[in-house]
This record gives sequence, structure tokens and C-alpha cells, in this order.
Amino acid sequence: MRYFITVIAMFFTWSASAQDWEDRSVFSGADTSQSLRVLSSTDTSFFEPIINKFRIAYPNVSVEYLVTTTAEIDKIFRASPEDYDVVISSAMDLQLKLVNDGYAAKIANVETPDWAKWRDSLFAFTIEPAAIVINKAAFLGHKIPKTRQELIQSLRARPALFQDKLGTYDVRESGLGYLFATQDARASETYWRLMEVMGGLGTKLYCCSGAMIDDLESGKIAVAYNVLSSYAKARKGQDTSIEIILPADFPTTMMRTAIVSDSTINVKNAENFVRHLLDIQSEGQKDATTSLPSLFLNPGEQTIPLEPALMTYLDRLKRKTFLLEWERAIVQ
Amino acid sequence: MSEIVRTSGSLRKRLMITLISGAAVLAIVLFLIVRGYATQIAQNGQDNILSASVSSLLDAAVVQDGTVEVDFPYSSFSMLDTELDDRVFYGIYQDGRLLSGYEDLPRPSLKDGERRSFQTLDYAGTTVRLASAKRTLVGATGRTEISVSIAQTQDALSQTLGDISQTVTLFGTGFFLLIVLLSYWATTVTINPLMRLAMSVQRRGPQDLSPFRKEVPSEMVPLVSSLNTLMGRLDHSLTQSEDFIAEAAHRVRTPLATVRSYADATLQRVTKKQNRDALRSMVRAIDESSRAASQLLDHAMITFRADHLEKKQIDLVALVQELVVRLAPIAEMKDVTLDFAHDDVVTTKGDIILLQNAIRNLIDNALKYAPNESDIYISVKSDPNPNVMVLDQGPGYPVEDFDNLTTRFARGKNADGVVGSGLGLTIAKDVAVAHDGDLLLSNHEKGGACAILSL
Ligand SMILES: Nc1ncnc2c1ncn2[C@@H]1O[C@H](COP(=O)(O)OP(=O)(O)O)[C@@H](O)[C@H]1O
Repeated sequence: MRYFITVIAMFFTWSASAQDWEDRSVFSGADTSQSLRVLSSTDTSFFEPIINKFRIAYPNVSVEYLVTTTAEIDKIFRASPEDYDVVISSAMDLQLKLVNDGYAAKIANVETPDWAKWRDSLFAFTIEPAAIVINKAAFLGHKIPKTRQELIQSLRARPALFQDKLGTYDVRESGLGYLFATQDARASETYWRLMEVMGGLGTKLYCCSGAMIDDLESGKIAVAYNVLSSYAKARKGQDTSIEIILPADFPTTMMRTAIVSDSTINVKNAENFVRHLLDIQSEGQKDATTSLPSLFLNPGEQTIPLEPALMTYLDRLKRKTFLLEWERAIVQ
Repeated sequence: MSEIVRTSGSLRKRLMITLISGAAVLAIVLFLIVRGYATQIAQNGQDNILSASVSSLLDAAVVQDGTVEVDFPYSSFSMLDTELDDRVFYGIYQDGRLLSGYEDLPRPSLKDGERRSFQTLDYAGTTVRLASAKRTLVGATGRTEISVSIAQTQDALSQTLGDISQTVTLFGTGFFLLIVLLSYWATTVTINPLMRLAMSVQRRGPQDLSPFRKEVPSEMVPLVSSLNTLMGRLDHSLTQSEDFIAEAAHRVRTPLATVRSYADATLQRVTKKQNRDALRSMVRAIDESSRAASQLLDHAMITFRADHLEKKQIDLVALVQELVVRLAPIAEMKDVTLDFAHDDVVTTKGDIILLQNAIRNLIDNALKYAPNESDIYISVKSDPNPNVMVLDQGPGYPVEDFDNLTTRFARGKNADGVVGSGLGLTIAKDVAVAHDGDLLLSNHEKGGACAILSL
């Protein structure tokens, strides 16, 4: 018996180490037989309050929360969909394609607006615009740009200052970065001009919003383009050196989404988790410091719509073309 | 009178069933046609959008530096967004080789010369509609064929069809119910003249043989006119029969009376006892024949008159009184006393000739079967209804023949040697029934037959 337990323990250590998680937390419940594996691209710190609330409602269920990048999530989940119960990601396009390809289970009678769900399988639970975040020090005495166009002008006005002091997502690596970039490119040609200007000034490429904000705070870079405003806001609470600008020309707004794996055996618990998540997130504006932005859209505001067109830039040919053009502009 | 008529179903039912089943078939056909049409339209709608999407993908295909690029617009898939978020699958092929898209999607099945095709097939665990099209590109290196397939699930389509089916079912049912009501109405309207005719035939008095004069629908004209002809013929032959009876009675009785008067006259002149006896029995035989003939004729007349009763107010006492007076001589010959008792006034409605005939037969019977020197008691009473009773002191009706004494030509055991035809009680009974009354026969406890004619 003891031998058996050891083998299981070894197996777990091995399987856990086989995958390099950015973060892995286990919130154990009273009953070890009921566990939920949540695959997510959202930092644990943002999700912890939500999971804790879930555990109050369902004390018997333990939750294993696994964090990795959106692109990794897509890869891991497609490889073994039966190993995970809930998938949470900020890459709407990848999530929608998972549903389209039949990896998600339907959840009936979820009370959420039509624009915030797809096929009763994909459920949005946050509204998060992409932002331009600047280090205020770099703009002392200068006009703070409000649009992409103004940002181009600012950069062109003082190229020496901004040389090697710009940052944005490496869209080849980050699923969210790719989503933001493609939606920007779809909306306006300004995107390409901005990329060319940024490319000319030697832009640093990042995997994630967190790293970009770190470098902004430390002054390594002065401007970060297409940063998740939610992450920036969370950080700004402690720091006054940065400023968050939501571009006034056109906003690119993402929604974090959740699906329940179609091959999970914990259907009931997984459904409850998603329902609970939506309940918390649709309650309205809350303190932005600890938790995620709620699923609340002001009249007139729009998000990237959940529709099959999201799969457009996931097409192999389209992606190749887009990345080629992007590299030509920014990597130079 | 009512005879069993064999029926072969009801006209109304037959008409209703035909109309309703016709309506049902019509409703079902209507449902199928409308649904089929709706399905086609809905499918065409989906096909059109798929086709447009395929075209926009194909249009984006270009050959650049020897490689194919398909930089299709966002709207290509955007236009495939449906109410129920249908899933979308696609494949882009160069000369049959997958360039991009879903590996396992069925390849486009475009025949030579065909530019566009649509198929419904099973894919990814559901039914999808697959649209395909192809285009030939000419680059520096030569010709290459690009084909594109886009498949979409049919959730929204089935929902639309479901909605349509529901609406059509509702309409079909409504239509059907309406037709049922209409056919009920139509049937009633059609059948009514027939019912009215039947009613008026039923309501007619027995002697009313006049033709029908009311307006009838043209389809019923042959029936009504043959009915009229039939009744005309019946009326004619009835009149003829009555004339014949009167004629026959006259013709038979008159020669018999003549023969009898000759026999009487001869009896006066003959003196030899032997001859006188012979003549006497001859006279009796003539009487018997005359009586039998007149009874036969009476019976025949009653049978006809029963259908043509001429009912009049009758003083029953006076009627019986007259009969008693008329029969008194015969009674005297047998030393029989006719005892007549009656209420003050007894009247009834009826045919005087028939009643006379009936009562006379009853008294005749009493005279025939009662012994000499006995009393015959006759009474006329009005309670509970007008009735005439004849009671004699004879042997009474033969018990074993009781049941069929009133049938035609039936005679009892005690009738041997008594003159008669077996029609007397039959006549009395028929007359009673024709007046909605009855003839009751019984034997008095002290002996003697008792006949009551109650009206
Ligand atoms: N008053 C009566 N007393 C005894 N029997 C009678 C009397 N009246 C009728 N019947 C019996 O009923 C039979 C039928 O009578 P009826 O119809 O008058 O025919 P008939 O001509 O033989 O008298 C008679 O044959 C007789 O047997």
C-alpha cells in the first residue's frame, strides 16, 4: 500500500514537472476526491479572491489553478482536453476556436448578455481595454498623447529620447498580443505606421503585460503599447510614476473568457465554477485593486465581438502574412 | 305498418367523412409543401452566404513570387455569424493539397466545369452544409488551381425550420378545423331538403295521396316525381278497388236475393213434404252464401276503409239500439231475449258503417252460439272509454283456440255445424284497431262468451 502511494506521489511529481507552469497553486477542499483543474492565463493573484469565494460556496471542492501563456494553453489543452476542467484565457480567438472545434461543453441557462457568450459554451467575464502606458517622467513638460496618431507625433518629435525605450507585445509569442495587433490592424492603417515608427526606434518585445509594466516602473522603457489596462491599473495603485492612456481614436477591448472542457468528468463542478465566476463578475463595478474588472460595458462601448471571424487571423496563411508584415515593420 | 328498411350507412356521415378526410389530406399536403418550400428557401439563404464567403476567400488568393497567398478579409467569416452561433470549418487547397484550414474536412467535390457545389454531410459530430468553389490562378511559374470549402453547422437553420414547422402546423390545424366546421355546415344544408321531404311524408295522413308540391333541389326531382307518380297510381287503384267492391257486393247480392225470392215463392206452391224440405234447405244455403258473401265484402271494405276513416261524431247508444231492434226478430225465433243496458249519453268519433258492422257481428255470434231460450246482455258505457259489451249464456269461446280467434277465416272447435266464415271477429277486431281501440274477448265465470269493443 505504501509502495502504491509512493508511486502515485512520484507520478504526480513527474507529471507536474513535465509541464513548466508559470504558477501552480492548489486550494484544497475538505473532500480530496472532488478536484477541479483550471487552466488559465490570468495571474493567480487576480484569481485568488474568486477561487476563495467559490470555495466558500463549495467547500468540498479543491481547485488546482495552473497558469501559463495563452498560446501554451491552446497547445496543452488540445493535446489532452480530458486533463483539465475549466480553461480561462485572454486570447478570445483561441478560445473561440476551441469551442468551434468542439472542445467545449455547453452550459444551459447561463444568465449573461448575448454578446458575452458564444454557443452557450464560451463565456466572457471581464471587459479589458488595451492601453498605452507611459512613464510620466518622459513626458514632463510635454503633451501627453491621447491617440495613436499623437503617439506617433510624440515619438517622431523626440526620437533620441525614445530610442530603445519603447515596448510592446511580441505577437509571435503572446496570443493576447497577437489578438490586439490583428484587431488594431483591422481597425486602422495607423497601426502599421505606429509599428514602423516604433520599429525604427528599436522597440523591446515582451511576452506579457506584467513584464512591460515592470520595465516601465523601473524606467527601462518610457512607453508601452497595447498593455492590459487592468494589470496596469492594479500596479498604478502603488505607483504614481506611470499613466494609463486608453487611445481615444479607437479602443481595442478584450474579454477574458472561460470554457468547460467537453471531455471533463467533473461536469457539475466545472459548470458551477463558471457560473460562480460569472455571478461574481457580473455584479458590477468593484474594487479594482484585488480582483478583475467586471463584465460591464458602458453604453456605446464595444468589445471585440465573439464571432467566427475571430478565427480569421488564426489561419495559417493569414498568420504567416501578418507576422511577416509585422516583423518587417518592427524588427527591421 | 312500419317495415324494417335495410340501411347502407348514413348519407350525412358519408358526406362528412368524405369532406373531412379530404380536408385532412389537403392539410397534410399543404403542410408538406409549405415546409418543403420553407426548407428550400432557408437552405438557399445559408447557401448564398456560404457562397459569398467562399468567393471572398477565393478572390483573396494571389500568386506572389511563386507561392500562393490568401489574405482573405475579416468579413469572410464575419458574415457567417448566426443567431445561434453556428460553427464554421474551412479548407483552402492548392491543386488538391491543403494549404490552410481543417485537415479532415471533406475535400471539395467539384466536377469538371463545375464552379460551385453544395453538400450536406456529417462532420465534427454534426450535420454541416459545405460550399466549395475553385479558381485557376496563372502565375509566372504556370497555372495552379485554388479551391476553397467552407462548412457551417445548421443550428440556426433548424431553429428557423422548427419555427416555420410550428407555424405551418398551427395554420394547417386551423385550416383543418375550419374545413370540418364548413363540412358540417355544408352537410346539414345539403341533407336538410331530404329530411324535410321525409318529415312531410311521415306527417301525411293515411288518406292523403296528393302529390308533393313544395320546391325541392333539382337532384331530388326524380325521386319526388316518381314518388308522386307512385302515389297517383296508388290513389287511382284504391278508388278502383272501392268501386269494384261496391260493384261486386251489389252484383253478388242482387242475384242471390232474386234466387231466394223465387225459392220462397215456389215454397208457397209446393205441398209435398219432401219437396218443401228440399226447398227450405235451399233457402238456408242461399242465406248462408249471401251472408258469407256480404261478410267477405264487409271485410274487404273494412280493410280499405281503415285507411280512409271518415270519423264523425256518433251516438253509440242510438247505433246499438237500432241494431238491437233490427235483430230482435231473429232473436225471437230462437226465444232469445236481447237485454240492452246503456249510459245516458255515449258518443265517440268514428266511422258509422264500420262500427255498425263490427257490433252486428258480435251480436250475430252471440245469437249463433248461445242456446235457445237464453238471454244476451248488451251494454253501452262511456267509462273508462266508450265501449260496447256483448255477453251471452252459451258455452264460451273455445279455450284452446283463444289466441287466433281473430285471425282471418279462423273458426273454433265449437263452430262445427254453425253457419259462418271465420271473419266475424276479424272484422270486429280490425274496426276496433282502426279506431285506435281494441277488441277484448273473455269467458264469463258463469259460462258464456264476453266480447268488449272498446274505443
Ligand atoms: N259467442 C260465442 N260463443 C262461443 N264461441 C264463439 C262465440 N263467438 C265466436 N265464437 C268462436 O269464435 C270463432 C270465430 O268466430 P267468427 O270470427 O265470428 O267466425 P264464425 O263465422 O265461425 O262465427 C267461431 O268459430 C267460434 O268458435
